[in-house]
Amino acid sequence: MENLSLHDAGPQPPGGGQQMPPGPPPVPQLPPQMFTTAAQLLDLTDKKLMVSLRDGRKLIGVLRSWDQFGNLVLQDTVERLFVQNLYADIDRGLFLVRGENVLLLGEIDLDKDDYVPAPFELGSVEKVFALKKAEEQDRKKTDKRRHRKLAELGFEGEHQGEAIL
Amino acid sequence: MLFFSFFKTLVNHEVTVELKNDISIRGTLKSVDQYLNIKLDDISVVDELKYPHLSSVKNVFIRGSVVRYVHLPAAAVDTPLLEDATRREASQTAAKAKQGT
Repeated sequence: MENLSLHDAGPQPPGGGQQMPPGPPPVPQLPPQMFTTAAQLLDLTDKKLMVSLRDGRKLIGVLRSWDQFGNLVLQDTVERLFVQNLYADIDRGLFLVRGENVLLLGEIDLDKDDYVPAPFELGSVEKVFALKKAEEQDRKKTDKRRHRKLAELGFEGEHQGEAIL
Repeated sequence: MLFFSFFKTLVNHEVTVELKNDISIRGTLKSVDQYLNIKLDDISVVDELKYPHLSSVKNVFIRGSVVRYVHLPAAAVDTPLLEDATRREASQTAAKAKQGT
């Protein structure tokens, strides 16, 4: 599938749709097998990826396996925490991530591997972890307050029951 | 299926995808699938310093369910064609529903 180029024509739509109302002339289509979840993930297999999860975690690891639901197996995974102007990596190992929890997969540019923009500095895991925990508790508190106020006004809040960070 | 086909016509155009967590990612649309999962190449993130985890990433696969908006290049969208296709799909669906009863 990787070897298909955009110039390989896909199958032409079947001619002479008798009962169909007349439409515009068919546009040349790209091969349909390029437009499947499998084709998209196949290109990312065995690459180093940054996986962003729905609970806000950032995992960095090598994609070893996946299925049509977007369930993923990540090898040699580290979790990277960012807080204030510090970051830290925690070794996590092998991950099986259920597809629904994935926000996005980013292929890491190996030329810019482990590049973290300027204000961020490597901190000790204990310190960053503690700061992160404090930050999360803070956020939970404000979220709770906001939801309570919104509920008083009859609003349900944007991602009730589905925290997307 | 209409929007799947529609997005397929936008392949290789620059789009900006806004996620439900407010990240906006601009890049070249490389692929889309039936769930409207989107693959972008050569990405740049709006307000990059807020999202440092994306700074060493060159292409992304975005799960369709977390997309809030896709900003499209107006020049690449044939609105009359899209309207036409919508009507045709609607009439096809209606015809199918009629057959079913």
